[in-house]
Amino acid sequence: MAYAAGVDVGSTQTKAVIVDEKGAIAGRALIDTGANVVAAAEKAFLLALETNAITDEQVGYVVGTGYGRFRVTFGNSQVTEISCHARGALKMFPATQTVLDMGGQDTKAIRVTPSGEVVDFCMNDKCAAGTGRFLEAAAYVLGIPLEELGPTALRAEKPVPITTTCTVFAESEVLSWLGRGKKIEDILMGVHRSIAQRSIALLRRVGIVEQITFTGGVTRNAGIVRVLGEMLGTELNVSEDSHYTGALGAALFALDQIAASWRPAAQREPGP
Amino acid sequence: MAAGVNGAEILGRGAKDGGILFRRWFDALSAAPERGEKTAYVFVMGSLAEFLRSFGLHVSFPEINSLQTAVRRVAQDYLAVAEDYGYSPDVCGYVKADVGVQLRHGEHPMGRIPKPDLAVLTNACNTYVKWAEIWERLYGMPVFTLDVPGSRSAGEGPLGSSDGFERDRRYVECQLRELIPVCERVSGMKFDIGRLRETLHHANTMSAAYQRVLALNRSRPAPFNALSDGTIYLGVANALRGTPEGSRYFEDLAEEMAYRAENRIGTLAEEKYRLIFIGVPCYPIFRRFFELFANWGGVFVASTYLQFAAGGIDAPFRYDLARPIESLAEGLLVSVRHSMDSMFFGERELLEAVGAFAADGIVYHPIKSCRTVSTGLADKRRAISARCDAMSLFIESDLVDKRVVSEAQMKNRIDAFFEGLASKKMRVQAGAPAQSAALARR
Repeated sequence: MAYAAGVDVGSTQTKAVIVDEKGAIAGRALIDTGANVVAAAEKAFLLALETNAITDEQVGYVVGTGYGRFRVTFGNSQVTEISCHARGALKMFPATQTVLDMGGQDTKAIRVTPSGEVVDFCMNDKCAAGTGRFLEAAAYVLGIPLEELGPTALRAEKPVPITTTCTVFAESEVLSWLGRGKKIEDILMGVHRSIAQRSIALLRRVGIVEQITFTGGVTRNAGIVRVLGEMLGTELNVSEDSHYTGALGAALFALDQIAASWRPAAQREPGP
Repeated sequence: MAAGVNGAEILGRGAKDGGILFRRWFDALSAAPERGEKTAYVFVMGSLAEFLRSFGLHVSFPEINSLQTAVRRVAQDYLAVAEDYGYSPDVCGYVKADVGVQLRHGEHPMGRIPKPDLAVLTNACNTYVKWAEIWERLYGMPVFTLDVPGSRSAGEGPLGSSDGFERDRRYVECQLRELIPVCERVSGMKFDIGRLRETLHHANTMSAAYQRVLALNRSRPAPFNALSDGTIYLGVANALRGTPEGSRYFEDLAEEMAYRAENRIGTLAEEKYRLIFIGVPCYPIFRRFFELFANWGGVFVASTYLQFAAGGIDAPFRYDLARPIESLAEGLLVSVRHSMDSMFFGERELLEAVGAFAADGIVYHPIKSCRTVSTGLADKRRAISARCDAMSLFIESDLVDKRVVSEAQMKNRIDAFFEGLASKKMRVQAGAPAQSAALARR
């Protein structure tokens, strides 16, 4: 059986997905990217292979995506995460017309047709406001683990407004609210709302059409999922595998290439 | 085209001669103070270069001087000088780069910029007025600001209604007549209507040839890249407007472009996507910027920059040499309105251009330096996307300040844009109708 692989090298985490000939996920892995991007891509790929005892030789084509896509040295080609998230989101939720991807340093709003064509997209500009990094900064200042952010925020009773759009200044604003005796959960809910507002502004620029699928690492934060749903007035599609969406899309693009022209691993050319 | 044209001789002539002419113009500008010659500072929109040249004045374009600091990768040094002096990082990069040049006593990567003996400007850009005040404070020389009434509403066109246009034309003419004694005083030369006729004639010739050049880019493949090659042409158009060298250059250029069109010689080995550029180029990474598109087979076939920064020579207007002052007023009015309209009322023209140039996509490039031209681009994009199938890309950076140019993020967006174009093209080639953003939004 020929498999296809997608490796999504994100700023925070690297994800790898192996799909079988029918596009079903056959293996996957997620690790922290760290400083060595090339090694992270290789490690994630090998771990994904191991999850289902698939060998490298069985993988006919590898597509790299994410900000480190050109560092997937064993990859055959690269596709941007914008196209990959759209493709992956449609695979997970076929009625998707709008995708919101929230990663470590990028947030993307993507409009996609039912056939998978990206017709418009919009990303945050040159700073990490409204991204996962914004949440990380708040977690650091408040001294609570990332996985506790969402559940803590959901306990809020009187959320405070976080008005700054700068991740660095947001730390000061959080500290200022702490100094004024506000509860951590109320401050955190303010942070979540701030991020949600910025994300919705991006969505509006491409046009919000249901169904909306939420992808990326921040989907694991139940607080942001709830807040976005409330602000948008609709439920967002979220899968347990949502943070693999980009890698899945990349693997599906790889599968297209195999279908067009299958080549064994030994004949693969390294990416640029 | 003239019979017996030798392709080997004329191919690449526009780029080569453009560089030589621009260099000569700058060298003459640098040498002006040593020769006891006077210099007027002007701006590209409404420069009145043909008028000022009739007094023997050199013209210096601070916008061009500033963009040259970025192209030559030293803009940050000049921005730092201006910001150390007290200018905010939010002030227009062109202004700050020029302030840096002035505070460094004219030191510039292309040579030395002479101090202004006079500044002549219009209200075409709101920053122009405050910018000129900086020179006035630094040097105390005369500043003459012409108030040029803009178009009253979208779709009216630069000529507007006949009654209103004539009133506005007379208003501008009165101001020009006030400018004449100022120029006489600064230059030491009496106004000579014969010399003005001569410079207006050269401007007319340049204008006709420039418009032929732009129209020839409707050919497939496009004979020139409107962003990279076009910017060279624009430099010559501004610097040498009203001169025999400038008009001859554009006649030669039109000949080269006609030859390229006839012989299907494009700028890329394979032109895959035809694009329209909206905005001001990203000068800090000028070459790299268009390479990011060229690597995908994308060619800019048209650009609004070649309209609003061309000083009106792309406008449907020729000076009437029988009535030079009256016609100059009319030309200034038309050129400033045409420049402003291409930025603020350009939807209809843009839609026409998409069809005329067979464009596959539109690239919007708002810049941090100029909120005036950038703020409305999101609305323009939305309006255009609702009315045509051309895909669009919205990328923001700056014309001078590299601190707000993020190449990695820009490349990511550009790559995604082309992936979308490729996907659409495959779908259309497979026989399925492409779904536009407009349709998808419904």
